[in-house]
Amino acid sequence: MDFQTFVFFFLSAILIFAALRVITSRNPVYAVLHLILAFFTCGGIWALLQAEFLAIAIILVYVGAVMVLFLFVVMMLDINVDRLREGFWNYLPLGAILGILMVVEMGLVLGQKYFQVPAAGAVLPAGVSNTREIAVEMFTNFVYPFELASIVLLVGMVAAIVLTYRGPKASKNTNPNKQVFVKAKDRVRVLQMPVEKD
Amino acid sequence: MDAVMNLGQGVFGGVWPAVWTLIKIVLIVAPLMLGVAYLTWLERKVIGYMQVRIGPNRVGPWGLIQPIADGLKLLLKEIVVPSGANKAVFIIAPMLAIAPALAAWAVIPFNGTLVLANIDASLLYIMAITSIGVYGIILSGWASNSKYAFLGAMRSAAQMVSYEVAMGFSLICVLMVSNSLNLVEIVNGQAEGRFAGYGLGFLSWNWLPLLPMFLVYLISGTAELNRAPFDVAEGESEIVAGFHVEYSGMAFALFFLAEYANMILVATLTSILFLGGWLSPVGFLPDGMLWLFAKMFFVLVLFLWFRATFPRYRYDQLMRLGWKVFLPICLVWLVVVGVWMMSPLSIWK
Repeated sequence: MDFQTFVFFFLSAILIFAALRVITSRNPVYAVLHLILAFFTCGGIWALLQAEFLAIAIILVYVGAVMVLFLFVVMMLDINVDRLREGFWNYLPLGAILGILMVVEMGLVLGQKYFQVPAAGAVLPAGVSNTREIAVEMFTNFVYPFELASIVLLVGMVAAIVLTYRGPKASKNTNPNKQVFVKAKDRVRVLQMPVEKD
Repeated sequence: MDAVMNLGQGVFGGVWPAVWTLIKIVLIVAPLMLGVAYLTWLERKVIGYMQVRIGPNRVGPWGLIQPIADGLKLLLKEIVVPSGANKAVFIIAPMLAIAPALAAWAVIPFNGTLVLANIDASLLYIMAITSIGVYGIILSGWASNSKYAFLGAMRSAAQMVSYEVAMGFSLICVLMVSNSLNLVEIVNGQAEGRFAGYGLGFLSWNWLPLLPMFLVYLISGTAELNRAPFDVAEGESEIVAGFHVEYSGMAFALFFLAEYANMILVATLTSILFLGGWLSPVGFLPDGMLWLFAKMFFVLVLFLWFRATFPRYRYDQLMRLGWKVFLPICLVWLVVVGVWMMSPLSIWK
């Protein structure tokens, strides 16, 4: 077993363990922490496949931003685990069917010829920057799907804002924009008074 | 150098490359830790003089042994774990704070050849690693089971996520004009230009054509570091000491080390990305590592100067600055740089 294979199995073991802990741990914060570990290890495996841009991007986007917000929300939850587990046996058949369906679908997709690692030619020559290659592909061949994806994201963002926006508040909110531009002469009046003498 | 390599090859045999890498890591981390210790000393001295005080002056001449004494004190103190705390996360959080602060140094070049790992996407790597640093703060706040710590953690998370956006955009401008993600190539790109031809290299560095981005990066960097005037996560007068209020001894010291190591990191990155790294400002002086250290020192003193000068930002003002001021500036300047590069007036060919 060469070193790369060893690293692959090591990372895969951590990944599977972390993924299992995400769904089995009782404390939601632990679940999120293990999800972060899973993303991190996933990045490691991608780096092993010479996809350094994807490896860094998953850490930058998911670990660095998305999971921070996730953790932010989960920390404030007050979850009663016993109540969550009440209907476990009722939902089990439906969940199991969905799970099996997903496994079958993934098996079908991964069995396709596009997902087979070509025996030779998979190793990139040194000096080929995979970040540059991805950028060139994204903005030439795949520019329409890429722009479409960004519009879908924008729509999602606008929808989230519309759903949560409840109009301007009638409270004593301060407006920092106005505050910053306040000048002393708008607020203070200096009076000149003659000195009183008796 | 060859003699050392041959000797190592003879003594360690096949594992020599690994041992050699470890030696290089020690050669980077040890001076870094020493730098952190003396940065705290410098901070106390500089702020002392700015406030017409003397600063540390009892332990050793000019208080020079003060950081060592502080370190020793913190090492010997007991680490108290609060009874309601989540013990495992409480212990892991300081490690999560310091690990990214050290890991980022793996790709920092000190001159054209002296770099631990000269990887293609080093700028991306730095962005990814520094974005992990926030977990130490959030988890310490959560695990402490204390209101002040939790408030500090929440503030810090919101602040770091917002300023990372502006920071990322300013870095995108840098990589657009350098046409590379490699830090060595970014510095080498700054060595060329019309002014560099006249022997006035410092006018060819990125800070001048990207001046708004330079300022945005410097200010967002200060905010990412949780340094004054953006230190709402600690805010002594509001939430005691914020996220590390429950920490003592070496666990507290790790947060401290992480903050100052990150300060040196941001100073180095500012020097490399905008101030020409190890390039000499004028043509008749040779390039060299000393220039990089001089620029780092300049940026570090700026951070200390900020702290001694500005009052703390209020939380809503902080968010406004990040989202409503910096983000629009970044978006506009991104387009300006893009158009500039494609126009005949482009200075980056």
